[in-house]
Amino acid sequence: MRILFKTSYNDDIRLMKHGGYLFWYALLLIAAFSAPLVLDDFYIGELALVVIFAIAGLGLMVLVGYSGQVSLGHAAFLAIGAYTNALLIQAGTPFLIAFPVAGVVTALSGALISLPANRMTGLYLAIATLAFAIIVEQILVRWESVTGGFQGVAVDAPDLFGYQLWNPWEFYLLCLVVLILVILGVLNILRSPTGRAMVAIRDSEVSAQSMGVNIAKYKTVAFSISAGITGLAGALMGHKFNYLSPDTFNIIISVQLLLMVVVGGLGSVHGAIYGAIFVGALPQFLALARDILPPAIAQTPGLEPGIFGLIMVLFILFEPLGLYGRWRKIKLYFDIFPLYRKATFKRQKAYLKTERMK
Amino acid sequence: MQILVSGIAQGCVYGLIALGFVLIYKATEIVNFAQGDMMMLGAFTALSFIGFLGVDYWLGFFFAILCMAVFGYLLDKIVLRYVIGQPQFAIVILTISLGFIFRALAGIFWGHEPSSFNTPFTNQIVNLGGVIIAQEALSIIIGTVLLAVLLYIFFTHTKLGVAMQASSQNQLAAYYMGIPVKVIFSLIWAISAGVSTVAGVLLSPISLIDAEMGFMGIKAFAAAVVGGFGSLPGALLGGAIIGISEQLAGAYLPAGFKQITAFVIMLAVLTIRPEGLFAQIQRKKV
Amino acid sequence: MSLFRADNLAIHFGGIKAVDGVSFEVEKGEVFTLVGPNGAGKTTIFNLISRIYDPTHGSLHFDGHEITQVPPHVIAKLGIARTFQNIELFEHASVLQNLLIGRHAHRQSHFLGELFFTKATRSMEQAHREKAEEIIELLDLAHYREQMIANLPYGVRKVVEVARALCTEPKLLLLDEPASGLNVEETEDMAFWIDDIKNDLGVTIIMVEHDMSLVSEVSDRVLALNDGRMLSMGTPSEVQSDPEVIRAYLGGDA
Repeated sequence: MRILFKTSYNDDIRLMKHGGYLFWYALLLIAAFSAPLVLDDFYIGELALVVIFAIAGLGLMVLVGYSGQVSLGHAAFLAIGAYTNALLIQAGTPFLIAFPVAGVVTALSGALISLPANRMTGLYLAIATLAFAIIVEQILVRWESVTGGFQGVAVDAPDLFGYQLWNPWEFYLLCLVVLILVILGVLNILRSPTGRAMVAIRDSEVSAQSMGVNIAKYKTVAFSISAGITGLAGALMGHKFNYLSPDTFNIIISVQLLLMVVVGGLGSVHGAIYGAIFVGALPQFLALARDILPPAIAQTPGLEPGIFGLIMVLFILFEPLGLYGRWRKIKLYFDIFPLYRKATFKRQKAYLKTERMK
Repeated sequence: MQILVSGIAQGCVYGLIALGFVLIYKATEIVNFAQGDMMMLGAFTALSFIGFLGVDYWLGFFFAILCMAVFGYLLDKIVLRYVIGQPQFAIVILTISLGFIFRALAGIFWGHEPSSFNTPFTNQIVNLGGVIIAQEALSIIIGTVLLAVLLYIFFTHTKLGVAMQASSQNQLAAYYMGIPVKVIFSLIWAISAGVSTVAGVLLSPISLIDAEMGFMGIKAFAAAVVGGFGSLPGALLGGAIIGISEQLAGAYLPAGFKQITAFVIMLAVLTIRPEGLFAQIQRKKV
Repeated sequence: MSLFRADNLAIHFGGIKAVDGVSFEVEKGEVFTLVGPNGAGKTTIFNLISRIYDPTHGSLHFDGHEITQVPPHVIAKLGIARTFQNIELFEHASVLQNLLIGRHAHRQSHFLGELFFTKATRSMEQAHREKAEEIIELLDLAHYREQMIANLPYGVRKVVEVARALCTEPKLLLLDEPASGLNVEETEDMAFWIDDIKNDLGVTIIMVEHDMSLVSEVSDRVLALNDGRMLSMGTPSEVQSDPEVIRAYLGGDA
């Protein structure tokens, strides 16, 4: 069992709490960066997609896990980020400018939707975001002069100072770098007053207000950060598929994002990553499963969301903490062996607390 | 005038689905995102009885409601009971996922060809003082009104209805009062499933039955929101408002506006008067 | 000039006059207590002062400014902090994190600095931590520092409520029933702490309390309320012997 001897306040503040963390994460980084050396192009492409999903998942995680607001329409932010980036590049803006600008524009759209959304409790917010996603999709379809409607927009590989990243492994490394930057940014926010304010709003709005937290402002900030991060992921998606059309970002993607959050485990950066890996690997398993299942089941169009749905239901019923929760339990088991008790993580019987009195 | 009637009829369908939501929400504070899909299942069940087995319309209707009520009851007993007390969004994701599963199952069992069955109202018209109205539309409106009255009497004048309201506001206290909370919740789900089935069967003459029917459930949300989530008459009124607005948008505004009318109205209501027409949410006393 | 003044304060909820025509002044450095039967409007007055409710009539003045229209989250910056009767702590955070949120009113870092966690942000975080530790030391919370609120006993939570409010470095502290639910020893501790807060930290206190021995021990002046209206104001002994107050509490001949 590891006991931490803290000698300064900085020990609590910094990200790597002890040497062990540093060692394992360094190892992980080396493995991630050297993946192109061992895997072939197809798998590198899939890995890049996992990384992109992880970025989007982090975006959603910031909103759902930390500030406690549910969004069902995050695909809309993917779309806004993707289209902004693609259209700016088409107009001649260099990638290194278009990319962050796309993030900022998406963040602003997040702030926009949060203006009405701020007055709503969790439930209404979820519905409002769903409505928002549907409206955005319609705008993308009808605003043909800008978005090309159903004809779509072609997107080249990202262009860094004249060098185009057509190689799958180059693109993968770009995504990886973005992911790492986003993770660091999110972790920094969370250990600073802004992050604390967001968590405070989730737990008790009234007392957060009395402590000086401007509720509306921080809800908007959470939404903007979440939207911005997701927008960046969307921009990268555009480059990955080399093509954008309004139905690229459909309800399936929103579901996959949710699946990531549920499966990965809520409220943690690790959770988003695990979730992304799971969601990325799923289509492969699905393809395999399709060969085994009888045709009546295998051919039905609704199979993919159906299976996703089933997985989510099972997780929520049996492992609400997600994969990260399961990992923590396993780690704890080894940490305090042989003192682990089955009841350590068992939730107390929970009763319905009405949300109508907030 | 035609527009008005089809608007009200469509609105009644939205209203009925919304009614199903609100019932479940009032009792258990669960938002059932799979409500539209339950309507779809109800319509398919009726199809099996009436269309495939050749049972008489009214009898088939009744059996379908019964089957779906049992289904709703079991759904609560086996799945939903275990998530009470979990954070709101986990439940939201759960019901959305259930919706997906229902759609996939419907595709597997009933195939993906849109179908329909014959009702006493198909292709019949009625002449009301010079205005020609399709009987189908009229049947929807009348059916909705009847159901609403029935439910109203149930909730205000029976012990069960009052018990349902108690369980929703404070579950622990309801237990202490001897209310069999779990059974009541399951009954609510049963009723809600039944109401959705009615919506599905009434709708079937107008639109074909297929696995994607449930998507209008999202618009039914808008109806519930407009009416004030938690108010039964509000749900119906909200449905009517949205139904009529949609038809007007389809007739007078350029293409594409019809699809988003429901959502624009909903966002507007949420911004201006979030509690909807009949407010149900209060501020906590600290 | 007094630190805080309420002028003819009133709030009506529909037909109910929860608070009606309440006026009082609080001097700097004193402990001013509101007493009264349940439903008298005491917590409502607190909610009015911390601007959770808007008054129907009347005005509030603090430190020379009128604060009747100030938004709720600005109140903490102005120097007014409060605790809640039914404990509104952040359940899923540790004691330390709760206290650090109490420091929010003194936040100096801005968003970009936090995003990149600059040296400036880091040193500000350490400064916040130092202030929080001072309060932890004052209120004896050191061994509860890392624990989740959800795991703490009721008595400790009440102390954390007070600690969190103190972290905002207030000039005026509103304590809503600090001793409710506490046993005899805990109440004595609370009495000592209230004295410490008044004498060492120089904080002015307005308190709502039912425990009359605590009230007599720590208060400088008392205001008795009933049904939203003022009954009697003065020193604890004056108010306790006022026949109107006795009649309100114990009933009398009609």
